[in-house]
Amino acid sequence: MFDLRFFVYDVAKIVLLLCVLVFSVSYIQSFFPPERSRRIIGGFKGIGANIAAALLGTVTPFCSCSSIPLFIGFTSAGLPVGVTFSFLISSPMVDLGSFVLLISIFGIKTAFFYVLFGLIIAVAGGTAIEKLGMEKYVESFVKSVKPAACDGPELSLRDRLDFAFNQTRDTLKKVFIYILVGVGIGAFIHNSIPRELVEKVLGSGNPFGVVAATLVGVPMYADIFGTVPIAEALLYKGAKLGTVLSFMMAVTTLSLPSLIMLKKVVKNRLLFTFVLICTAGIIAVGYVFNIIQDFIM
Amino acid sequence: MMDIKVVGEGCDKCDRLYENVMQAVDELGVDARIEKVEDLIEMVKLGVMSTPTLMIDGKTEILGQVASTSKIKEIIRQHV
Repeated sequence: MFDLRFFVYDVAKIVLLLCVLVFSVSYIQSFFPPERSRRIIGGFKGIGANIAAALLGTVTPFCSCSSIPLFIGFTSAGLPVGVTFSFLISSPMVDLGSFVLLISIFGIKTAFFYVLFGLIIAVAGGTAIEKLGMEKYVESFVKSVKPAACDGPELSLRDRLDFAFNQTRDTLKKVFIYILVGVGIGAFIHNSIPRELVEKVLGSGNPFGVVAATLVGVPMYADIFGTVPIAEALLYKGAKLGTVLSFMMAVTTLSLPSLIMLKKVVKNRLLFTFVLICTAGIIAVGYVFNIIQDFIM
Repeated sequence: MMDIKVVGEGCDKCDRLYENVMQAVDELGVDARIEKVEDLIEMVKLGVMSTPTLMIDGKTEILGQVASTSKIKEIIRQHV
């Protein structure tokens, strides 16, 4: 049965959470435009640069539409390709907003480990891409560009608040449909999917639940605000924590549209390696979460 | 003549910024050449990764967001 009250309540809860979160996170992000992050990362060497890139990825404003200018901008400025990938992995996977969202839904311990594991995938994944000698599979036109330094204007408090307000409005406009769909699916799972089925497919009944959840999530494109209600409903119905979280990670980090865009600047070999490393990392994290679930929830 | 660049690969936000810039220039009646930089490579050469971005006489004035017409007028006045 479809419960309209539950649906409206859940949508309102997530929209409110989104507004508060995106506003405060955008305020912080206004200090870290990619132009500035690039300069900061450039000051580090070796794995330090990968760590800096993964950390800055969490606070730099990012949408999948900006991944290509960002990729060309980073690479042409001389950052190693592995460092750029550390940034490209962490940015959609573990931003500041999703951290607070995870705390409110799954608790602080789960949120902490989600971010920690996400950063590890970003640093290790980027380093692996570097060590595998993937540099030569970047399209050659990318490196021929000579970018100017650009730091952006000095912003006043008023400018930053304006920025935060605009980001909140644009994000809400963009993801509202995903929230509706997400809450709808969540409500459907809540009401109509029997617990036994969820337990059998995504719970302790299926050792390959993590793998299946990740593979289903990879080609999907959705916002983290849309995936949370689904994850919450599945968890309530007996799915394992790691299975649910690896689904969320897979949905937010990799998607068919973003891979099609990335294809413009890298050759197949590198694209394939990137997908493989992320998928393997997400599956591994899912299993670790399933093992530690009893300790952190 | 003032050199104004609106940088961004043809997204909805870039069009909005461009329209606001046109309107601001029109209302102030300044002599300006307004150019849309939509090519990705040109964009990166300017050092820009966030879109939409507004540059006046080579200086980045708005980075990665749509500014209102009144805000743009304020910025243009500083360049006159």
